Amino acid sequence: MKIHEYQGKLLMEKYQIPTTKGSVADNPADAKRIAQEIGRKVAVKAQVHVGGRGKAGGIKIANTPEEAYEAAKAILGMNIKGLTVKKVLVEEAVDIATEYYLGMLVDRDSKRVIVMASAEGGVEIEEVAERSPEKIAKVWVDPAVGLQDYQIRQLIFGAGFDRRYVKEATSFLRHLYACMIGADADLAEINPLAITQDGRMIAADAKINIDENSLFRHPDLAGWKESEDGHEIEEEATRRGLTFVHLGGNIGIIGNGAGLVMTSLDVVNREGGKPANFLDIGGGAKADVVKNALEIVLMEEGLQGIMINIFGGITRCDEVARGIIHATEGMELNIPVVVRLSGTEEEAGRRILEGSAKFTPAASMQEAAQKVVSLAGLR
Amino acid sequence: MSILVNKQTKLLVQGITGREGAFHTQKMIEAGTQVVAGVTPGKGGTLDANGVPIFDTVAQAVAATGANASIIFVPPPFAADAMLESFDAFVPLVVCITEGIPIHDMIRVHDRLKTSQSRLIGPNCPGLITPGEAKLGIMPAHIFKRGNVGMISRSGTLTYELVAELSSRGLGISTCVGIGGDPIIGTPFIDCLKLFESDPETELVVMAGEIGGSDEETAADYIKSMTKPVVAFISGRTAPPGKRMGHAGAIVSGNKGTAEAKVKALSEAGVPIPLRTYEVIDEVEKQLKQLAKV
Repeated sequence: MKIHEYQGKLLMEKYQIPTTKGSVADNPADAKRIAQEIGRKVAVKAQVHVGGRGKAGGIKIANTPEEAYEAAKAILGMNIKGLTVKKVLVEEAVDIATEYYLGMLVDRDSKRVIVMASAEGGVEIEEVAERSPEKIAKVWVDPAVGLQDYQIRQLIFGAGFDRRYVKEATSFLRHLYACMIGADADLAEINPLAITQDGRMIAADAKINIDENSLFRHPDLAGWKESEDGHEIEEEATRRGLTFVHLGGNIGIIGNGAGLVMTSLDVVNREGGKPANFLDIGGGAKADVVKNALEIVLMEEGLQGIMINIFGGITRCDEVARGIIHATEGMELNIPVVVRLSGTEEEAGRRILEGSAKFTPAASMQEAAQKVVSLAGLR
Repeated sequence: MSILVNKQTKLLVQGITGREGAFHTQKMIEAGTQVVAGVTPGKGGTLDANGVPIFDTVAQAVAATGANASIIFVPPPFAADAMLESFDAFVPLVVCITEGIPIHDMIRVHDRLKTSQSRLIGPNCPGLITPGEAKLGIMPAHIFKRGNVGMISRSGTLTYELVAELSSRGLGISTCVGIGGDPIIGTPFIDCLKLFESDPETELVVMAGEIGGSDEETAADYIKSMTKPVVAFISGRTAPPGKRMGHAGAIVSGNKGTAEAKVKALSEAGVPIPLRTYEVIDEVEKQLKQLAKV
């Protein structure tokens, strides 16, 4: 789960990591007031879940509160890579002398947290990794004992940080690791870690991703959850407890089980359709879940067909069929809906759907994909 | 023969009185599994609906019944603790069905796993089955036939799809292992491949992978040294990068975990990777026929 920079900085402050002083605003008047309180030059920064906002004009420097007002007015509502800016962070503008990088993330291969430091801050770390991997110092943390001081020294000296800042950098690393574990983050990154003209070390940016699976023990962070790219249908699907990903094509996909749905997308693609979405109704879904699923998919624009692919293990095909009937009751469906039901109670499920002319049955996943693509007139 | 589970498996169910635990205990017994004990803290000394004795702790259950495998149905907040409890009671095989376990919990569990005497299957998996002998999981047993094909998969329903197709053509399974869809799991593909390689009953292995991580690539390296043929399937070949496809582990991040890298590695190991599920079974049929001729 991505969180915004201002939220990341709130978390970091909680873990005694020095960050730039500021506050968030959703209107120009508030931005002006925050700038007044800061009482000096400020940066107004778009809060969106996407990189490259600086290049897109989403970060502006304001010398006066009035300029902050104008900057916020320009940035709020701005479209950055398809996302609308709803909030800006107004914070003290720091004069940066040096930019470093600190990052930690869950490393799938080693199944541990990897911690990285580099004196090449301010640019994407992937770029540094590509160009000059030797400039990134790395250590892996033993989860039983946590990040050790000797590892911190390996990072700081390995990355070649200015020796005058060893004490500050040590504190940053200790506290950032505590923050990562404490907040159940799967990524915590400070880029740039800035040394200012007046000699302070400060987190000028904050990127933290929270592990969604941990939200049960972080009720305070759960409220920060929003659809990662601000997509309205995704947000509605989340509210209804469905696993849904918007993909933007012309064939709606509903299935049970992540692997089967993913395979359904592949098959539809191969037959010449473009999947509009990924939607997994999970195991043992009842009729109301299926109804919700169908309603969500029907919200997609430019839909030319829907494929429902169910292999019933715990899921009962008759329950699924009832949900489909219920969702489409009294509804004029002007696109083909192809339904493949196999497994538990498949006969009962098929019989339920036989009564309605709205649905086209298919005997296999392959047949379902072929039928939906051809009925949609896509080949 | 088979791998990991058979008639001798004596299973204990952690979370036996929960909704999922109770339902699947019944189904596992129907599939022939010896369920010898259940654990629900606070309900020790009672019996479940099938007459299975319930204990308060795993250690008590193991001591009293000689259970040699455990299956976990407890909710995500308690799942890490449940796994560690089984490791600590020296249970040789631990299967965790639970989906949604925090990743930092799994980092700690995996760290302990390495020094324990247990093997962990999952989490976020459908479990494993040796048809006709034992089912430690949630898969529909009736779609499985016994045979000489070993099956390993990161996904549940996709496995059922492949198994049903195999069965419909008269082919059967030695053991089917659902290894789980999370980024951190106990038993990767390569471990299962090694077990199938030394199992006399298994003649061919089907491996159903998906985007994300590098387990398939690691497995490909080992397959080069195997004597038995492997047929693979990779799902998510057309999924866009950066989008998590349901499974926590099914995501292409940056240039890592792409279908292309997996297909390339497996092709180099001589593994056919058909595009469609029914073509996987075509390939299995073809290869088994060739083996029969030799």
